[in-house]
Amino acid sequence: MKKFLSFLRGLLIFAALAAGLVAWALAPWPVLLGLAVAFALWMLLTRSGQQAASVAGVGISTLSQRAGSSSVVVIGIAGVVAVLVAMLSMAEGYRETLARTGSDDTAMVLRGASAAEVMSTLDLASINVIEQAPGIARAADGRPLASPETVVAANLPIKGGKPDEDGSVQLRGVGDRAWQVRPQIKIVQGRKFETGKREVVVGSGAQRQFAGMEVGKQIRLGSEQWAVVGIFKAGDATDSEVWADADMVASTYRRGASRNAVIAKLSDAKQFKAFKAALAGDPRLQVDTTTTAEYFAKQSEQMTNVIRIIGIVVGSIMAIGAVFGALNTMFATVATRAREIATLRAIGFRGLPVVVAVMLETMLLALLGGLIGGALAWLIFNGYTASTIAGGVGQLTFDFRVTGELLWSGLKWALAIGFVGGLFPALRAATLPVTSALRAL
Amino acid sequence: MKYFHLIWAELMRRKTRTALTLLSIIAAFLLFGLLDGVRESFEQAGNSANGVKRLQTGSRLSFIQPLPMSLNERIAQVPGVKQVTYANWFGGAYQDPHNQIFSFGVADNYLDLYPEMAVSAAHRKAFAATRTGVLVGEGLMKRFNWKVGQKLPLQSTIFTSSDGSKNWSFDIVGTLAATDKKSGGWFDQMILLHWKYFDDSTPYNRGQVGWYVTEVKDASQSDRVAKAIDAISANSDHETKTQTEAAATASWMKQMADIGLIVGSIMGAVFFTLVLLTGNTMAQAVRERTSELAVLKTIGFPDRSVLMLVLAESVLLLLLGGVIGVALADGLGPIVNAGSNGAINVPRIGWHSWSVALMLMVGIGLLVGLLPAIRAMRLNIVDALAGR
Repeated sequence: MKKFLSFLRGLLIFAALAAGLVAWALAPWPVLLGLAVAFALWMLLTRSGQQAASVAGVGISTLSQRAGSSSVVVIGIAGVVAVLVAMLSMAEGYRETLARTGSDDTAMVLRGASAAEVMSTLDLASINVIEQAPGIARAADGRPLASPETVVAANLPIKGGKPDEDGSVQLRGVGDRAWQVRPQIKIVQGRKFETGKREVVVGSGAQRQFAGMEVGKQIRLGSEQWAVVGIFKAGDATDSEVWADADMVASTYRRGASRNAVIAKLSDAKQFKAFKAALAGDPRLQVDTTTTAEYFAKQSEQMTNVIRIIGIVVGSIMAIGAVFGALNTMFATVATRAREIATLRAIGFRGLPVVVAVMLETMLLALLGGLIGGALAWLIFNGYTASTIAGGVGQLTFDFRVTGELLWSGLKWALAIGFVGGLFPALRAATLPVTSALRAL
Repeated sequence: MKYFHLIWAELMRRKTRTALTLLSIIAAFLLFGLLDGVRESFEQAGNSANGVKRLQTGSRLSFIQPLPMSLNERIAQVPGVKQVTYANWFGGAYQDPHNQIFSFGVADNYLDLYPEMAVSAAHRKAFAATRTGVLVGEGLMKRFNWKVGQKLPLQSTIFTSSDGSKNWSFDIVGTLAATDKKSGGWFDQMILLHWKYFDDSTPYNRGQVGWYVTEVKDASQSDRVAKAIDAISANSDHETKTQTEAAATASWMKQMADIGLIVGSIMGAVFFTLVLLTGNTMAQAVRERTSELAVLKTIGFPDRSVLMLVLAESVLLLLLGGVIGVALADGLGPIVNAGSNGAINVPRIGWHSWSVALMLMVGIGLLVGLLPAIRAMRLNIVDALAGR
């Protein structure tokens, strides 16, 4: 019966713990701040709170004597947080790069049911119709700011790869209006390509990924030699592309007069609905119209989710491992301090302050671990460059981004691990019969 | 082995602690199992015996650039070529253009070159006889609850059909199964349709081919044959690039992401944490047992035996946890796959991963046991018994 009761109690604690952890994960920071303030007030103002503070003070001041075993908690949790934050920062960086790429006031027109730019084709007649649609902004010379573009997945040798190892780069053939449609693109080195020549400008991401992308060098695209005349930077997914004159690209890759997509700058984001409706209602066209922001968000959705899920699964398994490690250490700590704790209880300290004190100690270690892990992830991975195939065709270069939000969620994980790892040893310390604990060695 | 009961008794001395340590180890090796499985499947992709014998010929310009049909005859005449087939992207999607499915239009003899895809004789016959027929991977059939015999509406994200829309209709005539369940995830998720039907129906293709697949008679001749194939169209407007399937897959995988690096760094972090946790536990266990070890020495156990006892204990602990962890990963993989609806494909754990895992278990066991074991070996009996 006694065994059954204690089992039931354990089960109850476990259920409460699980519910608490879920609430913890979902709670926004003001709630948590409120909790922390309430806890601090309790410690300062109530009698049992003051007791807890003094017991915790003793435990924390003797931490240095247990440096070896305490560091296990810290390092274990730091490991979990570092891996978790690193994985999530990869997903975040990927999503961010694509999210930054589009805007709400530029529209992308693709042939109907094309999942990506590269799969679409628009013939010259359609392009002319699209350019005359209402809502498109006009340049100073009165022409619509619409840029028909050719997108090709071109093979190029990878930097640092074997001589015959090719990667795929997104080669974009553009006209003069493309620069006005995307004002964020800046030439950082060299100059723009000249119309009618086999010249390319290279995005800074593509430059990092592929061999021979320096101003003044020649690269082979298609069956022709092209001169690299400039490097551009946009701070988004465009950085992974190579740009050249649309007609030259179309002739090299035998595209004729057709183009893949039309990118149009709208006079105002509000014009999008009218623009889309006008294209949808035109019997001469069969096209899909999206804002570029929406297009790139959709492109990143699946990959971001996969990376995020992997990160959380890996982080969870590691966290479970770390919880057991923390449990182990804290059980050992409680065991070595059993006599001390029992003495405290013998002279009149109640169970709650003892529980709180042990918990506080673990949470402090966890906090330290979380901070170290977050710092490690930030130092090693913030700005770390990776690349993957995106949009079905080309290498997309992106940077890992360790944001404040990620660090915060890492810290939350750390504290949750510390909480679980400290709770059971604390309960044990508070419920062990005083007499047997005093006898313990 | 005659001291096994001693080691076991040592482990059972503090059941909670042993259990908790064991659980940390299990968690670590569970991760190892899952991650190494993924790394392994990336490494093994296309690396089968067949993958070395098959050459892929695509356009040198870009993998989406088609090649002329006329190459088929000319490749078949290259000495050393056993047979040649071709395929084309179809870009199929089900219900939503973003719900893309690997789908290819293939030549009639395509299946002859891929013994990894098992198709029953009846299904194969039905496929050959039905112009609009498709063979669907078993994984896909399950994922969307399709049945053999039903009509299958697909959108193509690239090609229009004969009526000018992107909507195509096929008949499911059979299923594809991967003969090798371990690395066959890819074949389970594929749809094959007739290249001929595709080419006739779409106004855009006009007798062009996405890529050729060539089987060579002798794998050692692959390089020469690949060069000979590329020589056919050298300096034309459709230059080709031919490489073995293994090499092609490897370079493709490499572009997806630097999987090895990411998996490696995660694993590094996991094991660093693990070594630390277990090492600490072992140190604690030995510290607690100081007097017992002294008794052992007093009754005549030589120093070396004490060292071995402690080492064996830590290795046993790691082996126990590690084997459970990897076995768990093996069992969990299929569940993850089913849960992710084909988005993630964790393969079964092969003997290679197992052997690496076993080596790691023994290695880490020795590593973390070493310091406590040396400490135990150097124990001074008198001091230890006096509790100093």
